[in-house]
Amino acid sequence: MTGPLNIFDKPNSYIGRSVSRPEAQRLIEGRGQYVDDLQLPRMVHAAFARSPYAHAKIININKSEAEKLPGVVAIFDGADFVDHVSPYVGTLTHLQGLRSPPQMPLAIDTARWQGEPVVMVVAQSRAIAEDACALIDIEFEPLEAVCDAETALELDSPVIHDEYENNRAWERIVDSGNVDDAFARDDVTVVERTFNFARHTGVTLEPRASVVEFNPSENALTYHYSGQAPHMMQAILSKILNLHEENIRVIAKDVGGSFGIKIHLYGDELATAAAAKILKRPVKFVADRNESFVSDIHARDHRVKGRIAVAQSGEIAALEIDDLTGIGPYSMYPRSSGIECNQVLNLTGAPYAIENYRAKGTIVFQNKNMMCQYRAVGHPIAMAVADGLLESAAHEINMDVVEIRRKNLFRDNNYPVTTAAGMKLDDLSHQKALEKLVSFMDYDGLRKDQVGAREQGVYRGIGFVSMVEVTNPSPMFYGIGGAPISAQDGATVRLDAAGALHVSSSITEQGQGTNTIIAQIAAGVFGVDMDRVKVTTGDTATTPYGGGTWASRGAGIGGEAVLLASNALKEQVLEVAGVILQSSAENLDIEHGLVVDSENRTERISLGDLGKIVYYRGNELPSDVTPELIATRHFRVTDIPFVFTNGAMAAHVEVDIETGLVKVLDFWAVEDCGRVINPKLVDEQIRGGVVQGIGGAFYEECIYSDDGQLQNASMADYLVPMAAEMPDIHIAHIETPTKTSVLGAKGAGEAGTGGAPAALMNAVNDALRPLNTSIYQMPMTPQRILKAQGTV
Amino acid sequence: MKAADFAYEKPVDLASALDLLNDEDRDIQLLAGGQSLMPMMNFRLAQPELLIDLNGVDELNFIEEEGEVITIGAMARYSQLQASPIISQHVPLFTLALPHIAHAAVRNRGTIGGSVALADPAAEMPALLIALGATITVISKSAEREISARDFFIGIYETALGNGELVKSVTVPKAKKDNVYGFYELTRRHGDYAMAGVAIAAGSIDPVSDLKIVLFSVSDKPRRLKDAEAVLDGKDLDNADAHASVKRALTKFEFQGDLNADAKTKQHLAGVVIKRTLEGMV
Repeated sequence: MTGPLNIFDKPNSYIGRSVSRPEAQRLIEGRGQYVDDLQLPRMVHAAFARSPYAHAKIININKSEAEKLPGVVAIFDGADFVDHVSPYVGTLTHLQGLRSPPQMPLAIDTARWQGEPVVMVVAQSRAIAEDACALIDIEFEPLEAVCDAETALELDSPVIHDEYENNRAWERIVDSGNVDDAFARDDVTVVERTFNFARHTGVTLEPRASVVEFNPSENALTYHYSGQAPHMMQAILSKILNLHEENIRVIAKDVGGSFGIKIHLYGDELATAAAAKILKRPVKFVADRNESFVSDIHARDHRVKGRIAVAQSGEIAALEIDDLTGIGPYSMYPRSSGIECNQVLNLTGAPYAIENYRAKGTIVFQNKNMMCQYRAVGHPIAMAVADGLLESAAHEINMDVVEIRRKNLFRDNNYPVTTAAGMKLDDLSHQKALEKLVSFMDYDGLRKDQVGAREQGVYRGIGFVSMVEVTNPSPMFYGIGGAPISAQDGATVRLDAAGALHVSSSITEQGQGTNTIIAQIAAGVFGVDMDRVKVTTGDTATTPYGGGTWASRGAGIGGEAVLLASNALKEQVLEVAGVILQSSAENLDIEHGLVVDSENRTERISLGDLGKIVYYRGNELPSDVTPELIATRHFRVTDIPFVFTNGAMAAHVEVDIETGLVKVLDFWAVEDCGRVINPKLVDEQIRGGVVQGIGGAFYEECIYSDDGQLQNASMADYLVPMAAEMPDIHIAHIETPTKTSVLGAKGAGEAGTGGAPAALMNAVNDALRPLNTSIYQMPMTPQRILKAQGTV
Repeated sequence: MKAADFAYEKPVDLASALDLLNDEDRDIQLLAGGQSLMPMMNFRLAQPELLIDLNGVDELNFIEEEGEVITIGAMARYSQLQASPIISQHVPLFTLALPHIAHAAVRNRGTIGGSVALADPAAEMPALLIALGATITVISKSAEREISARDFFIGIYETALGNGELVKSVTVPKAKKDNVYGFYELTRRHGDYAMAGVAIAAGSIDPVSDLKIVLFSVSDKPRRLKDAEAVLDGKDLDNADAHASVKRALTKFEFQGDLNADAKTKQHLAGVVIKRTLEGMV
């Protein structure tokens, strides 16, 4: 890869600097523009009557009382949308064999999870719509619910979909090397564990929200969207609502967190769009917290049986896992609910040189809310299983947990390599990251403290994880499987007549600072000050085509497009400047909004003056010069399927063995996400991710009763991690730029969430080790820790 | 999550509030701090026909010292109790417990009367009042009566309040020189409802006299552990049998589990909170 590498060393480069977010002031002043802030003329409001049962036949729906309520505009049941909405199927062809029946926005005939929308009411206000929902008389005949993934495949289990012979959705097997022989070796120690990961969900500050307008005169639909992938929404709405794609505009202004929750097609949101089209007036639907818990996608829900064989030298001889996961009644559209299990199979043990690896994944349908991709898809499971087994094995053979990693992690000087599961890895730094972590956290000091504390009856533990993260995916992630999801992104950079830069990009901002790094790259590469850059994202009508922000791809892919476009525009501007200044373009550069002499850096002409000549006084230019002060470039990853990152993390915890409560004392993360564009933003991404990892490890769980009722659908009962319980999270970086781009940036958004649970689980088990007990179930609640000890 | 339709009145004095409340035909709820009632209404678990907002009734918001007792108006907010020199001087058990009641934002709105009238078995305040031997004054349009805290709390969200009555004030005795208090709760996150909690008051600690051990968030209402109180009375708490006798008493106590801790876990944790609290009181 070649490129103008000097862009990182330019005097006015913003790349690598902790620039403050330009939009922060606006947001903290309360001037954000979220979907719920929209008030449109003739707008009406939607609410949904949802199934109170996990599985039930819908015998009859009586709307008559609700229809009489003043202010009710329309009431739709599932059948009412049949002529307006095409069914959609959440499968991907590259997940061979994955099956799922067609879905519609509202349940028809049968409801298959508690919370599934059954009837939609549209009214003059949300309160009236809710009043009307309470008046709708839906007669259900409850059916036996399939809730436990473990028994969903048993012969006497009820079958959720009549068209299938059982509840299996997908199965995949990876078999590499010779696993059986390796486990049979007489010089290996075998450790076997069963891991359980509860369901949890991404709790966004702003719930899912949509306002949909339909203009019948142009057959055009505008979808105001709180989410991450505007072009994907445009494509799927076009297909499902039978409208030309160009007649659908998807606008995502400020988004109050998404975490992968708002990147799927939800029945209630599709119904909102269909209702707007039918009623020919704007319809608003904003999910409340209660319905968010029962309808926002859930994640995890895995039971993994794993075993590892290690030689006395510490070498991993073989690794085998069996993952079972329940995904709810359907595979989510359009990304499918197969990716998380697929990731578990692909990523377990991926940091380590393992020759013999076997993994089986089984996905079953169940009568619970749908499960799909949430931040760090599959990673927390894969990392906890591999590193949980590895640390257990280290203790069995009496080897330090850092030492066993040193022996098995891929060498830093040996890339590219291919893992046992077939993942291509390049430009990683596992060994360096681990060494940096060990000195950064003062590992030896902590071990001494641990011994001293135990003498006082205090149980402290230290746990590690070495991890990889899938970032910057190529079309091999979704596009190959037939989903209308772009792996490439585009950026358009335009110079205006005042010398300011306008950038529009197809990646999106959900609060993580995307717009800031876009401005940093454009300003630095092109050569203006940050405050002269205006960034537009989140609008299919005004941005180039692209995938959006997910899978830690915004900076790496969208950022590279901005770099390429800014560079192209710079060349175009310098060409015009050369003509105006009668100089060669090679002797000119742009810096702080001025065209300068590239040798002595003195000003030749300001960009404002150049813009005025081009736009207003074109007569001053030779007639064969046709300036283009706008440039567009697109970028996709081509050389490898994914640009992996690596990290090493450690947790220090104290377990109150009498109460089962765990205090996280400190957390350290050393992350290699390639070139760091904005250290502060990257650090906060990692910290936020670690906090979500702490949530998964200790707090968050969607608790279902045996008959499929979600028991804790409120913020009082669903425990998200809170500031008071959070430790200091110390971050350090190693920068190994990816060779796939000039920018060299990999993703950083999911590392914390993916790695933290493993380190925390290992730390808790390290603390519990003197008691000869352990826990491999998340969240590690006080009661579970007490039960592990046999106290209760 | 919008509340069902309801009528709303905001009286400016107690007499008008009691007039409004004196209506047996309507389902009425009183709005104090709203920290429990508003979510319940938005979830439509509570659907009153009439909501009487007491936030304009200033005569219910006071903290008064009188002789050997402190009287607190029903509309006194937790944050006011925390800031009150009268409380910090005379009701040390409140000072110990108040920081554990939810979060600052909730304490800024939540009132003592609201907590008492709601009778949430997980709430701290009912347990504190039982431990202190408090009296709750309730009033209706026609009469005023006093009910001891021990008789006031009947079950889950169930109190001795009759039709047309509201909580007017709470009266607690001032702490005396030898009195010792303890408070401890185990929560998964700071400010959550406890997995198990205890408020303990002792007339004296060495030896133990007039001991009240009140467990909360473990059963249908805060309950005293009378068996253990009796065993410990007159003893010295360093006594090795003290904890064993508490554990024995707990086996006879009826625990009710919740999502965070089943009955067995609550029994174990109740033992832990009592042990740690008593240790802290010595």
